[in-house]
Amino acid sequence: MSVRAAWRLETLGFEQVFRYGPGKEDWMAAGLPIEGSKASIPRVGSVARRDIPTCRLDERLGGVSARVLATGWDQCVVVNEGNIVLGRLRRPALEGDADAIVETVMEPGPVTYRPHVVAEDAARTLAERHVQSVLVTTGDGELIGVFRPEDASSA
Amino acid sequence: MPTAIERNMLQRLVAEGAQLVEVLPREEYEEEHLPGATSLPLRQLTGDTASILSKTVPVITYCWDGT
Repeated sequence: MSVRAAWRLETLGFEQVFRYGPGKEDWMAAGLPIEGSKASIPRVGSVARRDIPTCRLDERLGGVSARVLATGWDQCVVVNEGNIVLGRLRRPALEGDADAIVETVMEPGPVTYRPHVVAEDAARTLAERHVQSVLVTTGDGELIGVFRPEDASSA
Repeated sequence: MPTAIERNMLQRLVAEGAQLVEVLPREEYEEEHLPGATSLPLRQLTGDTASILSKTVPVITYCWDGT
């Protein structure tokens, strides 16, 4: 639709016409601000816990586990140097062989939500599927945090 | 020929004063739109309705996902 509009503006004499093809979906998936009547509805990106611990692929499980459990968390997100989500570590994997390398015991390619998903809708879906939490990332895969159904009610 | 751009280029152009135009139906615009965007639905895009825009200032169109 934006393509046709851009072409139409050119035929109307507009001198410099650009088209943002990825559109509103891309903008909102990046967690950028929006305006409008629904702009203030809590989204998973705004209520996600951002203090979830992270680790790298090549770390030893023992060190990661000690660090994660000491903070009161029971899970850890495996990211690269660009904070892109590569995997997830949860119990019981966190309590496995301390010498194991994270890469060999993580859950690869975990399900993620984009930050613009309405928090109440996400909470309902997770509850129906008996899922306790889901990672939230930008459309580019960068970690924002973790969302739990109870986070929607605290928004 | 309209130039396709990505998010970072959009941000730069808008910061430089480009006009941002959402071409989705007005109801969708009213619910959520990019900051500072103007609503100009494709179905209502004519010479008259487009006269709210300057022809000499860069203009960027967008919809939901480019389809």
